[in-house]
Amino acid sequence: MFMLEKAMAGSRRYWLWIFCLLAVIGTGLVCYLRQLDHGLGITGLSRDVTWGLYIAQFTFLVGVAASAVMVVLPYYLHNAKAFAKVTILGEFLAVSAVTMCMLFIFVDMGQPARVLNVLLYPTPHSIMFWDMVSLGGYLVLNAVIALVTLRAEREEVPPPGWIKPVILISIPWAVSIHTVTAFLYNGLPGRSLWLTAILAPRFLASAFASGPALLILLCLLLAKVTRSPLFREPVQKLGVIVTYAMSISVFFVLLELFTAFYSQIPEHTESLRYMFAGLDGHTRLVPWMWTSNALALGALALLLVPRYRHNDSLLAIASGMVFFSLWIDKGIGLIVAAFVPSPLGAITEYSPSLAEALISLGVWAFGLLILTVLSKIVLAVRARSLMEAVK
Amino acid sequence: MRDRGIIWMGLALFLVFLTLPAWHNLSARVSAKGPQPVPPAGQKQCVAPVEYMRTSHMRLLLDWRDSVVRRGAQDYTSPDGRHFAMSLTNTCLRECHSAKADFCDRCHNYEAVAVPCWDCHMDSKTLLGSVK
Amino acid sequence: MNLTRQAFLRLTGIAFLTGAARKLVAAVTGPRWAMAVDAAKCATQPNCTRCIAACHQAHNVPAIPDPRHEIHWIAKEPFARTFAAEEDQYSPVRALPAMVLCNHCENPPCVRVCPVQATFKREDGIVAMDWHRCIGCRYCMAACPYGARSFNWEDPRPYIHNPNPEFPTRTKGVVEKCTFCAERIGTGRPPACVEACPQKALVFGNLADPQSPLRALLASRRHVRRKPELGTQPNVFYFL
Repeated sequence: MFMLEKAMAGSRRYWLWIFCLLAVIGTGLVCYLRQLDHGLGITGLSRDVTWGLYIAQFTFLVGVAASAVMVVLPYYLHNAKAFAKVTILGEFLAVSAVTMCMLFIFVDMGQPARVLNVLLYPTPHSIMFWDMVSLGGYLVLNAVIALVTLRAEREEVPPPGWIKPVILISIPWAVSIHTVTAFLYNGLPGRSLWLTAILAPRFLASAFASGPALLILLCLLLAKVTRSPLFREPVQKLGVIVTYAMSISVFFVLLELFTAFYSQIPEHTESLRYMFAGLDGHTRLVPWMWTSNALALGALALLLVPRYRHNDSLLAIASGMVFFSLWIDKGIGLIVAAFVPSPLGAITEYSPSLAEALISLGVWAFGLLILTVLSKIVLAVRARSLMEAVK
Repeated sequence: MRDRGIIWMGLALFLVFLTLPAWHNLSARVSAKGPQPVPPAGQKQCVAPVEYMRTSHMRLLLDWRDSVVRRGAQDYTSPDGRHFAMSLTNTCLRECHSAKADFCDRCHNYEAVAVPCWDCHMDSKTLLGSVK
Repeated sequence: MNLTRQAFLRLTGIAFLTGAARKLVAAVTGPRWAMAVDAAKCATQPNCTRCIAACHQAHNVPAIPDPRHEIHWIAKEPFARTFAAEEDQYSPVRALPAMVLCNHCENPPCVRVCPVQATFKREDGIVAMDWHRCIGCRYCMAACPYGARSFNWEDPRPYIHNPNPEFPTRTKGVVEKCTFCAERIGTGRPPACVEACPQKALVFGNLADPQSPLRALLASRRHVRRKPELGTQPNVFYFL
């Protein structure tokens, strides 16, 4: 019923890719079993830095998930025809990203067997409760929307009328998931790096840059694999979105830097100093953060000049730079640095352990597997309609 | 017709899976006599009637847990009017069921239930053994 | 069950009201536990760690050698670190010891963020923990501005060298912290750290009782609390 059968036929390369993903997932699973047995002590986390790679990946991926709205909104509200063929891809990307988010939360739990306590003792004053509600809802919304519209496409009938309001709900819902995720962090009294009202807008801006950047890469890849022009059409439009969002994202970061360093309030500068210059000789994050900065500036230079942006290969490079830059910023820096220094002024550095990295890779591979299978279904449905059109 | 072999093989596999618990019990020599827990000597009456304890001790313990941890209450009055401090280690084990292995564990093992109680609560006898 | 809907609703209503009333009465008339640390008295014994030892022994707090996985409920830190923003480099109290423990805040951020109410505020002011319910998400550790909380990164039992059978250990994957010895004050005893201090530098008492020695001390001596600007309203006070 989910058209899964369409994902079961593919070329050698397709199956090779699937098996590679399965191998990475398997490795991650083995490491997770070890973590389950021994405890979270096998990670690089500590009493002072209590959240690391897992929660940071979660944060980053909520952004990727939310960014589906960047193709859904123009298509359904502004009738942007270029996005007709990629809205479903955007929604499936959201499905895969939300699934990864949930897995990253799950692998971060000290007592995973008790995770359903969150439902058993619903606690509205905890933002984590609302995060679970919004993520769960978003997953269902996108899965339903994408499957229903894809089925309609396969049957060559217009989608049922009831799906329109569901799609409209999914638009503010996408904004809500990343807002709530920002609220997880910026409502905490002792973590000055997060205690900023522009955290939510900052999250959204970086999400609307990194998600569409990934979608550009996905479209270009699919265009290459299928030699179909359908996927190339929206790429340039997405490029404009990435340009705007990345500019705003960098602007927001500069706002944070100004507020902290012009006011010179120690609490507000310490974590930032740790990120960009190091504190008392502890500089583990510094090379990462400057790589992120350099990639961001390089990407902006490519994106802001129309001549470069209109070149698909340069756009692909810029998209990769945007994605990687924001991955470092949100997927490493922003979470870890908020714990440095500790409330008692201690500086404990964090780097993920091998097992932790392999578990994270396993989750990413699982997400990619979902995305691969779902994209394959889309391609199979489209290929059939193309062939029939030729006949 | 070519699939006949595969079908039979599938059926055989299915049968093996279906009867797996029986084979497992045979190989593990589980007796049909039951777990035979040893009640504490010299004690007649638990904090509630035996029938209730047998079927619902876990409910009572969970209720004790919530009373002590969440409501700050420590005293329990049994149906026959006696008072007990609600504590798994300090009351249940110390006052009566000191032989946990012959009482709690026998049934739990027989029923194959893994209770996480002992991850934290200490059995005063095996305490030092379990804590290296 | 011969319960009519009306009777059921009436019973539910009564239960709800009596529950709420009990809470209200307890909040108004019950005790409000708090502690004061006399830094000058504590400083007379610079090498003393008796309170820490007593607390950690009473509560089976493991002695984990790896500092990253360390667990402590109470620790000794100089004023220079505990009150970093307040004590300038010329301050005479920089080197004084300030015992740090859970502040049992009036308005605790850890309770606000916990998604399962595993950490909660009791009517007597104690910020308590339910280790049966904790899912190990460590949101409370991110929320606590005092670094009062520790996480069990691994099974703590191998590091408990002299266990106290009357108190449970914890298991891997849960957060723990000072409980103001809820199990002791329930039976009328003072917290283990207070009892162990040879200098009587730790004073435990009831803020709701105007006659309590703690209230008298607070009324007569200048004191500070950690990071009061955050609005958490700590219930651990420090005399200079």
